Amino acid sequence: MPAKLSFDYPSAGSLRVKLSGNWQIDVGLPAENEVISELSSHKDITQVTFDASEAGSWDSGLVSFLFHLIKDCERKNIRVSHQGLPPGVEKLLALALKVHSRIMPQKAAAEHFLARVGSKALEFSAGALSLFNFLGEIAVAFGRLFSGRAYFRRDEFISIVQKCGVDALGLVSLISIMVGVILAFIGAIQLRLFGAQIFIADIVGIAMIRVMGAIMTGIIMSGRTGASFAAELGLMQVNEEVDAFKTLGISPVEFLVMPRVLALVIMMPLLTLYADFMGIAGGFLISTRVLDLNPVEYWQHTQSAVSLSNLWIGLIHSVVFGVIIAVCGCLRGMQCERSAEGLGVATTSAVVNAITSIVVATAIITFICQLLGV
Amino acid sequence: MEEAKKPVIEVRGLDLSYDDYAVMRNLNFSVKKGEIFVVMGGSGCGKSTLLKVLIGLKEPEKGEILYEGINFWEQDEAGQQKIMRRFGVLYQGGALWSSFTLGENIALPLQLYSGLSPEQIREMVELKLALVGLSGYTDFYPSEISGGMRKRAALARAIALDPDIIFFDEPSAGLDPLSARLLDDLILQLKDTLGATIIVVTHELASIFAVGDNAALLDTESKSMIASGNPKDLLANSKDPRVIQFLTRGEKQAMPA
Repeated sequence: MPAKLSFDYPSAGSLRVKLSGNWQIDVGLPAENEVISELSSHKDITQVTFDASEAGSWDSGLVSFLFHLIKDCERKNIRVSHQGLPPGVEKLLALALKVHSRIMPQKAAAEHFLARVGSKALEFSAGALSLFNFLGEIAVAFGRLFSGRAYFRRDEFISIVQKCGVDALGLVSLISIMVGVILAFIGAIQLRLFGAQIFIADIVGIAMIRVMGAIMTGIIMSGRTGASFAAELGLMQVNEEVDAFKTLGISPVEFLVMPRVLALVIMMPLLTLYADFMGIAGGFLISTRVLDLNPVEYWQHTQSAVSLSNLWIGLIHSVVFGVIIAVCGCLRGMQCERSAEGLGVATTSAVVNAITSIVVATAIITFICQLLGV
Repeated sequence: MEEAKKPVIEVRGLDLSYDDYAVMRNLNFSVKKGEIFVVMGGSGCGKSTLLKVLIGLKEPEKGEILYEGINFWEQDEAGQQKIMRRFGVLYQGGALWSSFTLGENIALPLQLYSGLSPEQIREMVELKLALVGLSGYTDFYPSEISGGMRKRAALARAIALDPDIIFFDEPSAGLDPLSARLLDDLILQLKDTLGATIIVVTHELASIFAVGDNAALLDTESKSMIASGNPKDLLANSKDPRVIQFLTRGEKQAMPA
């Protein structure tokens, strides 16, 4: 039987609320407005009493209903007698209505739009400042490395190199071969119009070696290694492991960040070279098997199209990307807030920052190459 | 015993804040050499922030901290490091470096700051692990042992360099009563044997009475230190209802003055 409300007036100025049926959350509750409208249609009421003799089972639905009713009555200066309620309900109400003397910490008030814009701008400049601070610390750590005074564990460095090098080979192979295949197919559609399909070799070769190899490797490594750097350092921050380094006078940047930057700067060009070859191999395979080009001719075209300067430009890209990925990952990890949400934010922003910066950096490098005419 | 009365740590007019929200104002206290000083107070009163400031990880809003008369925040980085090297810190969760074995965790500070040979370091690591009852666990990783053992291992790391001052952040947090008791006993033994000055931040009453020579009670509402002295004396003599309430879990009210 669902919960029901009815009213009667045992004496002048007194309203008795009769509760009947089952007052449970899962069968639905009457609206509190029924009582409020009853109260406002009888302005002379100064007291509210209850009769729960016909009420069946109840749960916190009833308590919540009464809690809000009592608060409303208090505001209207109407006395509420708790008698006639089930004893358990009375106790829960007393607990809920108890006034706690503790001072509540102030919650930040909602800010004005302009204030929000202002604080975002300040946040941005503070963020930029902390980035430059971080870069400075990394530079100092590398200075100590080159002067032989840096302290970090060699075997940990080797394991980082392995994780961001050898372990990534499978993924890099797959993606690069696919990119080579895609480039070959796109080229084939256009070049067939002129009967110049052999120039697919030039397109695939130059595109892979000059930028595509580096960009694809960069994106793979942002998602793979950048995120893992952020998560590792973030968790160390959460577990106070970073603090433990600081109290021992060990610079976390030197011990944790520098080896990771170094490992990526070493491995990114190698992975990019590998990706270049894989991409060319993918294009070669499709061109000779599917598009029926002559393998020897294809190979000769690739050789003559790809110049050493293309290779250098690709490798410069990869070194820059290595620094970007490692710095984004480590910075976000070190800034991680001490909560589960903080760790998620850290890894997400590490990947997003890295990929965005890679695209921007590519544009800048391409522009510079254009200026230099290479 | 003039030496024993000299304060090792002196805190003057210290203001603490957490995320720009002021939690403590004008803290003043001093810790004498060789005593166990307990910083107590309810959750959110700024105990952990105070600890961060005391171990030099966070610069206070206002006020001074002196270690044997030397003002910490007036030193340059090298000077600060020199002071910090005399600290041992046991963090709340242990904060053992998770990619290191227990042995490597304890060996790292020794490799950095002692002139010991690798063989001597290995022996020293075994000794420190034995002191906390973890002999034979040298090659275990932190993830392979229980929470109580992790804390004891972290304590072994904290005492690796025989520090003059050892800080404990909530030593009994997350431990069962017996493990907590074991850690309290270890703290007392460290004081007796190493002669270290020990600062414990906790709200665990059992620990407070078991180890505390002196204590400071921080209060969230008034944002100040409302009592200081020996915890047992405080319980017996304090007239402040807030102090008595805290020390008896609210079961007793203070005698009216």
